[in-house]
Amino acid sequence: MKRKSPYPYWFVLPAGVVFTVLFLVPTVASFWFSMTRWDLYTAEFIGFDNYTQFFKEPFLIQGLVNTLIYALATSGAKSVLGLLLAVLLTSGLWGQGFLRTVSFFPVLVSTIGVGITFAVLMHPTKGIFNLFLAQFGIIGPGWLTNPELALYSIAFVDLWKGIGLATVIYIAGLAAISQDYYEAARIDGATRLQQFWRVTVPLVRPATVTVVTLSLIGGLRSFDLIWAMTRGGPGFSSDVLASVIYKQYQAGFYGLSTAGNVILFLLIATIVLPMTWWFNRREVDL
Amino acid sequence: MKQITGAALMAAFSVVASASQADTVLSVTTDGNAETVAAMEALTAAYTAAHPDVTFEIENRPGGADGDNLVKTRLSTKEAGDILQYNSGSLFQALKPTESLADLSGIAGQANVLDSFKSVVTASDGTVRGIPFGAAMGGGIYYNKKIYAELGLSVPKTWAEFMANNEKIKAAGKVAVAQTYGDTWSSQLFVLADYYNVQAAVPAFAADYTANKAKYATSPAAMAGFQHLEDVFKAGYLNPDFGAAKFDDGVRMVATGEAAHYPMLTFALGNIKQNFAANLNDVGFFAQPGPDAAKNGLTVWMPAGLYIPAASEHQAEAKDFLSFVASVDGCNLMIKTNGATGPYLIKGCELPADVPAAVADMMPYFKAEGMTAPALEFLSPIKGPALEQITVEVGSGIRPAAEAAALYDQDVEKQAKQLGLPGWQ
Amino acid sequence: MKRRQYIVGLVATAFASVIFILPFLFIFLTAAKTKPDASRLLFTWPEEWQIWSNFLEVIQTRNYMLLLAYFNSTVITIGAVGMLVIFGAMVGYVLQRRPTGWNKLIYAGVLIGLMVPPAVVPTIWVLQGLNLFKTITGMILIQVAYGLAFSVLLYRSFIGTIPRDLDEAAIIDGAKPLQVFFKVILPLLKPVTVTLIVVQSIAIFNDFTNPLYYLPGRENVTVQLTLYNFQSQFQTQYNLLFMNILLVTIPPLIVFIFFNRQIVAGMTAGAVKG
Repeated sequence: MKRKSPYPYWFVLPAGVVFTVLFLVPTVASFWFSMTRWDLYTAEFIGFDNYTQFFKEPFLIQGLVNTLIYALATSGAKSVLGLLLAVLLTSGLWGQGFLRTVSFFPVLVSTIGVGITFAVLMHPTKGIFNLFLAQFGIIGPGWLTNPELALYSIAFVDLWKGIGLATVIYIAGLAAISQDYYEAARIDGATRLQQFWRVTVPLVRPATVTVVTLSLIGGLRSFDLIWAMTRGGPGFSSDVLASVIYKQYQAGFYGLSTAGNVILFLLIATIVLPMTWWFNRREVDL
Repeated sequence: MKQITGAALMAAFSVVASASQADTVLSVTTDGNAETVAAMEALTAAYTAAHPDVTFEIENRPGGADGDNLVKTRLSTKEAGDILQYNSGSLFQALKPTESLADLSGIAGQANVLDSFKSVVTASDGTVRGIPFGAAMGGGIYYNKKIYAELGLSVPKTWAEFMANNEKIKAAGKVAVAQTYGDTWSSQLFVLADYYNVQAAVPAFAADYTANKAKYATSPAAMAGFQHLEDVFKAGYLNPDFGAAKFDDGVRMVATGEAAHYPMLTFALGNIKQNFAANLNDVGFFAQPGPDAAKNGLTVWMPAGLYIPAASEHQAEAKDFLSFVASVDGCNLMIKTNGATGPYLIKGCELPADVPAAVADMMPYFKAEGMTAPALEFLSPIKGPALEQITVEVGSGIRPAAEAAALYDQDVEKQAKQLGLPGWQ
Repeated sequence: MKRRQYIVGLVATAFASVIFILPFLFIFLTAAKTKPDASRLLFTWPEEWQIWSNFLEVIQTRNYMLLLAYFNSTVITIGAVGMLVIFGAMVGYVLQRRPTGWNKLIYAGVLIGLMVPPAVVPTIWVLQGLNLFKTITGMILIQVAYGLAFSVLLYRSFIGTIPRDLDEAAIIDGAKPLQVFFKVILPLLKPVTVTLIVVQSIAIFNDFTNPLYYLPGRENVTVQLTLYNFQSQFQTQYNLLFMNILLVTIPPLIVFIFFNRQIVAGMTAGAVKG
């Protein structure tokens, strides 16, 4: 008698159907369109011309570099600061509940809302950031109008908005660590710092992987916040791949824009896939 | 018993109701500007009053890049409703009008429309696909009359005179030129409004430019616009928050006298009227001056158009409404709703006698022969999409003018290829 | 409570208030101002408190569009999140428990789902083909399709912490797969489920671009779209805009406050379990 697995494949079916039809199919179709000159009505096959055109884009190299900087900065900050914040917020502080709630507030507001608000707060002469600095006689920089600074200012806002989420995921992960491990470490005379490095960090691994992977992908694809705050400006200094792609689309270069989408996907894949494979090799089933 | 009577009454009522009305509901999509919305609401209300079986549902779309994107997507997926308000000129061409918009050449209202407008809503097959919605706009420089009076300045006829005025204004401690790069589209004015001067120097520029024979980088007359942007920044005439200021700020500065000049299109009068009504007549307007005082004229923008998406299921009713909008009555209604901000493109539609100072300054250009030129985007289908970012770079001192012009030429090349224009392959 | 915990807590609270609450204060203050006052964008006390009339004006704009938007967004969010929890857990469960060749494919699918930016126009064509374009059902399915990757990832990670013995015990007792799943596994996934509900509800409720493309039409208006009522290319009514942002934040806030207790409860339950 063939024994049916208690983990049947048909569990995957409903999700699989929705995903395939509404995501995979259009994505594959767009790969085809990326090789055409497409104006949404007629598509003229031009092979890889779109790709060569995309790489000739004067602002593309800048956009690529910006994308990497933005993704690494936000992902790194969220992973590290998120964990630290989570540890802090599970250590029994006074006002801990309040702190947990408040740090999650930014996650709740729409990205456009956040973008608009911070664009106003970072105004070079009227925003409170610079008004506050002016109290000390410091002339604040143009956070969003200085081409060297714009991208980092947006990354800061991204961090503000997203750290609450990273913290929540980490807190869930910390909760799964049995107190026995800490007991054992304490009995062995480990300091708090040693406990952190030897017990917490290794055992909070599933959460770390989740946070790093998601924030990296999110950072590489980031669009809404950058668009809401600077639209890639001033000039092109805060353009990332996603905004370059959108601008091509807005200009009506659909084939070119879709090619950009494919390039973005390949970029993400080359970074994230090896990283994920490396993480998974070391995962242990508890 | 009661239930049956109730049901019978309901049935009878609905039969009567449906028999008496063959209701059409037309869906209209416009941008979210206060003037646009006010005008559309007035026009649709008036039309429904005269034709009670036709009602309207007005939906807003975002403006700028997001709006362009949305309109194109909806047109291509046949979900754009019955009436669409959108730019004319090269942006209209980018919609692929032969495929996406209905042919309006034959509607009654077309007889009233001036030829100059028809030319900017004509598709590549020669059919007219839109009607004008709103007033024509001039692109030039708003100036604060009080500052001019105070400092004894006169309206400049050459660029050199303009810069001399700026020097005096700066010395008096005011902002000479307001710039508002927080709204990137506004950074293009110095380049685009210079077109009259470009055309005066190189009459065939538009045609050569479209045929890939003339370029911004190699044409000194055309490059002047970029150079102007750079010069104004370098001379330190700008407001300190030029990088983040928005259109509203620019209007406020020139209306209240914080700044002396604001390069902008004349539709801004609507904003002044709404927010700074007391200062309405403190604001004057002049065309962007070029090198030659004798050749001083205004670069003109055509208003937005109203179009009917090809996939609309109520084309007959929509066409009738558009004929109303294109009539003298429709035009007068718009003037009444929003005031006069410029000349309308409908024959027989005259502006009232008392208009704001800036409009009074603008009208002489329209009345005389040869003192206006359409902006380049109405003479050529090519407009590079990255222009507004490039102009922000020049105006903020990030990129020199010559380099920027070359960059823009590259940008334009992409657009030309996408449109499949001859001479670019 | 140790003194250190008290002091650190106090300092942290002060910092957190400045960093996390100040921007919200700005939104609130601007939402209470008159139009010219608000358009100066200064962080000042309102000259004139107009909070009630701004509130009314925002609600009434375009025939109470905001209320309809609340309704639509809520329906979409509840529908999509419900499906995401169940489907996501089912897939994550099989993925984790049954390591075979297919898993690589599914996992690749998950990664693709996270990485590849969706293609708008082909998606619209597919929806039209299925007669789901411009429908709430279609929008719900789209959100499910886009949110599955994240859900599966989250569930798979944490199902690893549930020992197989529990499944085996249930199977020996004669439970069928669905029963094992719903009666044994799912309840143990509560912390993750709650996290997922909160995160996905917020993301879907706050989503702007997807409804803009896939759910056009007045009767279909969703909450973020109302922001565009007050922000046009040329004139921005900042006071109404910020009032709108404020009003649009309240439902996610409610969800969060409601589930916050559960998250806490879930955490402590998980911690005690040895």
